[in-house]
Amino acid sequence: MHQDKKDRILLKIHRHPNGGAMKRREFIKKTGQALGLAVVTGGTGLLFHNRESVAYQQLSSKTASFIVPVNPGLPQLTLSASEDHIKALNATLDAIGGITRFVKKGEKITIKPNVGWDRTPEQGANTNPILVGEMVRLCLEAGAAEVIVTDVTCNYAPRCFLRSGIQEAAEAAGARVILPRDEDYVKIDLGGEMLTVWPVLKHFVETDRLINMPIVKHHSLSRCTIGMKNLYGILGGRRNQLHQQIDQSIVDLANFCRPTLTVVDATRVMHRGGPTGGSLDDVTIENTVMCATDQVAADARAAEFLAMEAAQVGHIALAHKSGLGEIDYKAAGYKEIIS
Amino acid sequence: MTARSARNLRRISQVLFFLIFFWLILKTNFGVSFEATSGGDIRLPYPVSLFLEFDPLTALTTLLSGGTIYKGLLWSLVILIPTIFLGRFFCGWICPLGSLNHWISEIPSERLRRKGKGKIDSNRYKKYQRIKYFVFLFFIAAALMGSLQAGLLDPLPFLARSIGTVVLPTVQTGALGVVGWVKSIGYPPLGDAAQYVYDLLAPLFFNFRQVHFHAMLTIGLLFIIVLVLNRIYTRFWCRAVCPLGAMLGIFSRYAIFGLKKDEPSCTHCNECLLHCQGADNPDVGSKWRQAECHLCLNCQATCPENSLSFCFFPDQEHTAANPAGTPKVDITRRKVLASLAAGAVFVPMIRSGDAYEANPNPGLIRPPGAVDESAFLAKCIRCGQCMRVCPNNALHPTLLESGLEGIWTPIIIARIGYCEPTCTLCGQVCPTGAILELTTLQKVGDKDNPPNRIGTAFFDRGRCLPWAMGKTCIVCEEWCPTSPKAVFFIEENVVDRNGQSSLVKRPYIEPELCTGCGACEFACPVIDKPAVYITSIGESRSPENQILLQRNGAQKT
Repeated sequence: MHQDKKDRILLKIHRHPNGGAMKRREFIKKTGQALGLAVVTGGTGLLFHNRESVAYQQLSSKTASFIVPVNPGLPQLTLSASEDHIKALNATLDAIGGITRFVKKGEKITIKPNVGWDRTPEQGANTNPILVGEMVRLCLEAGAAEVIVTDVTCNYAPRCFLRSGIQEAAEAAGARVILPRDEDYVKIDLGGEMLTVWPVLKHFVETDRLINMPIVKHHSLSRCTIGMKNLYGILGGRRNQLHQQIDQSIVDLANFCRPTLTVVDATRVMHRGGPTGGSLDDVTIENTVMCATDQVAADARAAEFLAMEAAQVGHIALAHKSGLGEIDYKAAGYKEIIS
Repeated sequence: MTARSARNLRRISQVLFFLIFFWLILKTNFGVSFEATSGGDIRLPYPVSLFLEFDPLTALTTLLSGGTIYKGLLWSLVILIPTIFLGRFFCGWICPLGSLNHWISEIPSERLRRKGKGKIDSNRYKKYQRIKYFVFLFFIAAALMGSLQAGLLDPLPFLARSIGTVVLPTVQTGALGVVGWVKSIGYPPLGDAAQYVYDLLAPLFFNFRQVHFHAMLTIGLLFIIVLVLNRIYTRFWCRAVCPLGAMLGIFSRYAIFGLKKDEPSCTHCNECLLHCQGADNPDVGSKWRQAECHLCLNCQATCPENSLSFCFFPDQEHTAANPAGTPKVDITRRKVLASLAAGAVFVPMIRSGDAYEANPNPGLIRPPGAVDESAFLAKCIRCGQCMRVCPNNALHPTLLESGLEGIWTPIIIARIGYCEPTCTLCGQVCPTGAILELTTLQKVGDKDNPPNRIGTAFFDRGRCLPWAMGKTCIVCEEWCPTSPKAVFFIEENVVDRNGQSSLVKRPYIEPELCTGCGACEFACPVIDKPAVYITSIGESRSPENQILLQRNGAQKT
């Protein structure tokens, strides 16, 4: 073998493809590139390394307590009846301190009516749109920067908001109606006995004031759905499993979510076939509106429309026992305005 | 008008009709008009299936299979009668799938530039173009035998179905993914901007809730194949497969409009062949084929010598160097008979299987207002408009639930979405009457009128919480939308393993009241395989598929 060829074999690894020896600069460049990629690869692995075997979960630390201080001079629950529903609402609201007690200038207000079902106002499955519209108007009049009307519906949201008449009434009064979407939820630890980490529609926590506007209905499991049960509508996720412990779930929810004001719509009351109803025969006209700063008192009084004794209704009794409010609504400070 | 401006007119027409078609599909959603005072019926403000009603193949095949031309389908004559005089102007000027194929074929590429000669050759008339006539005749014979299969390959339902159940849902999933990703970066203004753009565009393009369609992959794959084939053969679908193109080609038999070729001025540069869409031999020296020509006017516009011109009564002398065109379709009588025979045999063959009558799928739940199964298979063109409009994402294209014969026809999958009692949108958009238009009263019923039923609900007591595990639940009862509720409960004493007894509400179905809407199945918390589910039995449309001897509401036949 020629010496030349031997040299070439020996020197092969040091030689450039075109035969010349590798330059130092090139050696540094190539090694540097390889090292760079190695560092990035290794760094990425270390950076995203998860030592825990549980999945990473981002929780929001938001709370949902929007209460105003108790004023001993004012009742906790007011009631008024009138065929003019707007008049009834204003009368009850004035008796409990007026809108300015609850809504301050520049605040962001979220109103939560019951818009659970694809039903018309006459069927009494959703909150009376006239009351929702008037409430929006009052909030804006009191200087609210923005009024949002939303609810996590059971049936298809666009249908519910359309047929309930709530979208039209709220928008006409100047509210922003928001139909909840999958990406609009935040995970929050509700800190309850049954309810721990649940997805909550962000508009119910990212707000200054929350006005709960339930309607009074029969419900076959919780017996009735009024104010506290209406708060189911702030939740997303697998809330149909809450039925397995319905009373405790409602109380957990009412403990987490404290509305500024509860406006109970008892203009139409559903006595049977709730919460969906459907037949006008199930509904009576009561023309009554209530305002409350005590959720339990509101539910206790409203249960009377359904011929129920509040103490016999599991979740109302439990809420009272848990110290969420006064089941003896008269003791809480109750005022009826007869017009 | 010059040859070039005529071609530009065609281009404008293609874009315009494609946009109309696309816009109508976009409007096939919950953008509705509603007057609470007038009974609360929710109606679509536009005739969103209008374009589909201009389809002559749908009109002809539904006429053969069902005996009538349903409502707006008479519009198809607006396409068909001019075709008799002009030829396949629909393919070149109007058809949205044709335009899509056209545009994809025309996208420039390195390969196309290299293969000029090969392209010229591929644009000459080929025997494979006869396939579409066989397809067409097959569908005609199948329709005569009572099975409407034309919708599988009819370009308008094909494109409507592909856009509605594949393209838009895919774009929505992708868009939501992008928005979610941008938000996850952790720079709020960017996330808000992404959400803002999404919120701006979403109402125009997407369902409010993200939709998920059964069997969408098969529809999507076929759509992709059809589009990709254009990169190998220009408008392969239009030339070789499209049964509507075949029908219009046959109806061009006596056209008085056509291509006139001037032999002396031709230099045989082959520009015409390079741009021919229909592969109909526009060059001097070959026999022009009327039935293959889409009237795209490319040959006339690109001819540098102005040797080619479209005109009325192109009575051109027949010479060896410049043969006259032919209006005839290139298929023999024997092949006509063979194709018809294949279609005629197909129907009894597929129906001798068990899916049609002997052993129908219990989950074959048709939309409310759907006609009886045999009539349904004679009417449904699988355009997917009902699936697109359904606000609950309840309606899906079948895979094999109604046998191979009914592939991509609509079915309700209540686990994904139930049938909203007061919704009648699917019947409003159906262009062929496979789903009849119901009023809300006809659908929901009242004291004197039975409701429209699509099936009946049943409990799986082995999975139901109160039945199997002694736990409280009855979400099914809460959701049941009939009044009084079809789901009712009885409080029963349950003893647990320690001998402790408690009262539990256990649900039952009242078949007299159940309409099979599937709200219970949808809401059931046993999410993987619901403990309450609907099957088709008791559906109003069928006189046989009934459960009770007498039931308030089984339609009298």
